Amino acid sequence: MNGLLVAPIIVPFAAAALALLGRRRPLFQHVSALTVAAIHLVAGGWLLYQVHHQGIAVLHVGGWPAPFGIALVADHLSALMVLITGVVYGAVVVYSRAEISADDIRRGYYPLLHILVGGISGAFLTGDLFNLYVWFEVMLMASFALLVLGRTRAQIKGGVTYVVINLFATLLFLTGLGMVYGMTGTLNMAHLHLKLRAVADPGQVAAVSVLFLTAFGIKSGLFPLFFWLPASYHTPPVAVSAIFSGLLTKVGVYALIRTFTLIFPFGSSGLQELVLAAAALTMITGVLGAAAQSDIRRILSFHIISQVGYMVLGLGLFTPLALAGAVFYLLHHIVVKANLFLISGLIRQRGGSFALKRIGGMYARGLLALLFFIPAFSLAGFPPLSGFWAKMILIRSSLDSGQFVLAGVAAAVGLLTVYSMTKIWNEAFWKPMPTTETAIVQNRVSVWMTAPVVALVLLTVCIGFWPEPFVQLARTAAEELLDPMAYVYTVVGEMR
Amino acid sequence: METVLALLTGTMVAGSVFLMLGKNLVRFIFGLMLASNAVNLLIFAAGRPDTSRPPLIPQGSLQPVAAVANSLPQALILTAIVIGFALLAFIFILFLRAYQQLGTVDTEAMTNSESGNQDTAPSERPRP
Repeated sequence: MNGLLVAPIIVPFAAAALALLGRRRPLFQHVSALTVAAIHLVAGGWLLYQVHHQGIAVLHVGGWPAPFGIALVADHLSALMVLITGVVYGAVVVYSRAEISADDIRRGYYPLLHILVGGISGAFLTGDLFNLYVWFEVMLMASFALLVLGRTRAQIKGGVTYVVINLFATLLFLTGLGMVYGMTGTLNMAHLHLKLRAVADPGQVAAVSVLFLTAFGIKSGLFPLFFWLPASYHTPPVAVSAIFSGLLTKVGVYALIRTFTLIFPFGSSGLQELVLAAAALTMITGVLGAAAQSDIRRILSFHIISQVGYMVLGLGLFTPLALAGAVFYLLHHIVVKANLFLISGLIRQRGGSFALKRIGGMYARGLLALLFFIPAFSLAGFPPLSGFWAKMILIRSSLDSGQFVLAGVAAAVGLLTVYSMTKIWNEAFWKPMPTTETAIVQNRVSVWMTAPVVALVLLTVCIGFWPEPFVQLARTAAEELLDPMAYVYTVVGEMR
Repeated sequence: METVLALLTGTMVAGSVFLMLGKNLVRFIFGLMLASNAVNLLIFAAGRPDTSRPPLIPQGSLQPVAAVANSLPQALILTAIVIGFALLAFIFILFLRAYQQLGTVDTEAMTNSESGNQDTAPSERPRP
């Protein structure tokens, strides 16, 4: 059964090879991508089922026992993240059928997309720090290429910012990794959990953990390291920005959660206060940045930042309920945010632009209005949608920890999110269509683009009305994170 | 040995930070190359380069008889070099393209050249 752990990694890479072989056949590429996304989704579901019923799964690749070889490990958090990756992957592949131009397909859109998903799944599943670095690089490489695939000025400009800052973050990560190796002689995360406790100088450990905090903070768009994100996410095709917005920063958040629960558990180091302050400032700056924008995708990009603040808040509070809130928030956010980007593509199809000034009158398209309304107000945290439960758990846990200011910030940022969503609603839907505009307005939106949006909206509604199973899974994941001995024991066994 | 490596790494990092903080993208590339090599040296130093005896196990025994060099850091560095080289190739092409399209390698000029007009254009990408 544990051999299945490689499936979410191997399958997309096989698909990339396949897509390269059929480079000149868009239909073949699309059909194979659909098949592979379905397999990935099923593998993710099966993985979660196995982990939930039989405990943490580990695969020692090549038969080398940990800590000598590379271990792939799936606990609840990893399995949930892989499953949700499969959901977004599937939605984006379906959407790509109608959205991605023939030019982009010829330039290798599908192989890059598969490699990106393979890298993301690898990052979620690996139990080895250096291997995590490799997956980050795989993921980054694919994302760089996807970002500038269209070769427009805006893409190149956003791409330069994105590439520069992400390469720098990767170097910081590599530095931290080298120092951790120097201190402990191991790179296996579970083994590090045991070894780092034995390091004599806690100052050394704290210094290195700041390197990790900065590197992953850049990747996840934490304050004050977020500026690369709104500079680039609005430039690529909608399908690409949807998968970026859903998954890329969340890999950073996942890495933060993994690092600061398993490798450097909060406690003695003063990092917890720093992380909490960064989380609060991330929430505030993100939402204020969004208020100043007038392009749908830019508004949504800034909201990614403010939402990352909520997840990091859950990590910083470091209580079982707060971590469960962070995990639940991840699940809710990935679905909703990717979906909002996909919907921005539908709005562009109808109105001809992403700029709020140029569009209007969308309320007449009843279905589109409904499809936007549900995820937008879920993002803002309206009951009974999924965002309400996510925010409620986090605010509740802040109050429980006596962090009243943070609870207030979280609630206020929710209100400001409503402001941004209302702005899009007013401008794009209520306001009459500007008459001067003679943009190409298509009256028919392809079913390939509507279907994934409808599916993700239904999923949001599902999480909203039946949050219980999702909260339970998040709570189990949080328990595993806060008491990593089961994880450690499964990976390194008796050799401690 | 470790002192020399530490000094060398420090000097390289200082130089690379100086280069990367400039607003010229070409300088940035050189800074990045220098920094990634500095990090490679750091990993090498972290592996305790006390001896240069190759990690070979003589026939008939199950483990090395004398202290041997640690080969893992070298494997890590090799991986980092390969990845770094690929990224470098990509970044060169990207910056070349940026120079061709934006007409400058000065990051400040790049930011000022087109604030907003390109992003809000009705159709950003030529639709086929």
